[in-house]
Amino acid sequence: MKYETVIGLEVHAELKTDTKIYCGCKNEFGGDPNTHTCPICTGMPGTLPVLNKKVVDFAIKAGLAMNCSITQYSKQDRKNYFYPDLPKAYQISQFDLPLCQNGYVDIMVNGESKRIGITRIHIEEDAGKMVHDDYANVSVADYNRCGVPLIEIVSEPDLRSPEEAHIFLETLKSILEYTEVSDCKMQEGSLRCDVNVSLRPEGQEAFGTRCEMKNINSFRAAVRSMEFEQNRQREVLEAGGVIEQQTRRWDDVKGESVVMRTKEDAHDYRYFPEPDLLPIIISDEWIEEIKKSIPELPEQRRLRYIKEYGLPEYDALILTSSKKTADFFDATVDLGATPKAASNWIMGDIAKITNDKEIEAGDIPFTPAHLCALISLIEKGTISNSAAKKVLDAMFENPEDPAKIVEKLGLAQVSDEGALMQMIQDVLEQNPQSIVDYKAGKDRALGFLVGQIMKNSRGKANPQIINKLLKEALDQA
Amino acid sequence: MKITKDEVLHVAKLARLKLNEQEAEALTKDMENIIGFANKLNELETEGVVPTAHAIPMSNAFREDVVKPSYDHDEMLKNAPSSDGEGYTVPKVVE
Repeated sequence: MKYETVIGLEVHAELKTDTKIYCGCKNEFGGDPNTHTCPICTGMPGTLPVLNKKVVDFAIKAGLAMNCSITQYSKQDRKNYFYPDLPKAYQISQFDLPLCQNGYVDIMVNGESKRIGITRIHIEEDAGKMVHDDYANVSVADYNRCGVPLIEIVSEPDLRSPEEAHIFLETLKSILEYTEVSDCKMQEGSLRCDVNVSLRPEGQEAFGTRCEMKNINSFRAAVRSMEFEQNRQREVLEAGGVIEQQTRRWDDVKGESVVMRTKEDAHDYRYFPEPDLLPIIISDEWIEEIKKSIPELPEQRRLRYIKEYGLPEYDALILTSSKKTADFFDATVDLGATPKAASNWIMGDIAKITNDKEIEAGDIPFTPAHLCALISLIEKGTISNSAAKKVLDAMFENPEDPAKIVEKLGLAQVSDEGALMQMIQDVLEQNPQSIVDYKAGKDRALGFLVGQIMKNSRGKANPQIINKLLKEALDQA
Repeated sequence: MKITKDEVLHVAKLARLKLNEQEAEALTKDMENIIGFANKLNELETEGVVPTAHAIPMSNAFREDVVKPSYDHDEMLKNAPSSDGEGYTVPKVVE
């Protein structure tokens, strides 16, 4: 039997606020353990949390960017569980009235647009970080992250393969980056996800039993865990077995997941309305104000690149997936660079170097003006394409005006017709047989002569002008 | 409303409370009374009444996103039953 995979995701994104969600402690990654804490975020008795307004602003902004309706009467709830990373023994979250509901995100799958439903987006607080010390047989809690604001984005089970889920995750990430509500640094854990996977016989409408996977620390791990889970479930089903509802823990080193808990010992969170916090009422004006602050989103930008600049779909998709890359491209084009040339450089040689050196798009050492100048040097014929690559390498080492680099490295092409004519005459005198061959219709002779001239000029002769002048000289010879 | 001792023990377990036999019996009765009292509300006509999210008719108590100094690290750890000098130590837990 053929099976169809059904995937739904829960994505947690840390919000880029200056302070925590309910107190004025710094929201900052790193820092010595327990140096960003206070009685509120460590849950001391008698303290009173007060909601950071920016958290609500950011959640609404993310919700609007994902086409959600905003819940104008919203509240916060307590989710109760015991674990040492949560000193209050409850997490303040949202249960039945999340800030954002019923949205969608369009993703591009193999050149086609597919709409993925967003069930809800709610605000909640992050837990602390545990370090397990095998030697001393203790766990050590650091509460710096405790109370860092999060939004949890829950998708509908609309994804049909790990690849689709991966595209969805990348799309979400770029929306969060564009709206600047999260810095999305995976390595710092500011974007995390849980995945839900189930299988159903192809053609069947009802969903199969799902399993949830936790402890996923990268998009790559997410894809691997989904592939593992889809294969595991298929094997169970094909052997005539039944899928048991489970929460499983992904082990990225072993490349497998193991059962964490079954349905029987599923948590009973006993949600109830948070008595320490008041309801959140969001006016139409508030929503309108945030709407105005939403910048051009990746999808709009992609369509603009295709329409305004005539870029191929692929270029537009790659350029717009990272806001910083797209900003760099826009700035370069605004300075007068040819869009396709700017796109080729950014997606080609620049991307290759930033990947090799593991530089983020926002940390390219030179400016869009430098790239624009480089492109213009090529278009004016001052330097060849291969020389331009050398200039680019130098720009990464020491960002300065490419014209200066060309001068320093002596990379300028010789385009002066007089000087080039002299080179042509010299080569023709040394190779009389090639003239005879050319006249006899042997095209290879022309290539040979161009090669000789380029060699004599140590690659600096402008090949287009050489071609033109050489043909003229041969026709007169 | 009948409450069983098993239900009381389940709730106690969720709250990490250890009850002896006597306590469990007594609490079963107490809980039955409390739930019974709360159940009186079910006699009221609540069709069309929005569930109350908060008892006080106020909303939108916010603070601005402005950093305030955190508490001193050593001061905070004074409350720790056990510490390694940097963090709060607990018996090893891996879920």
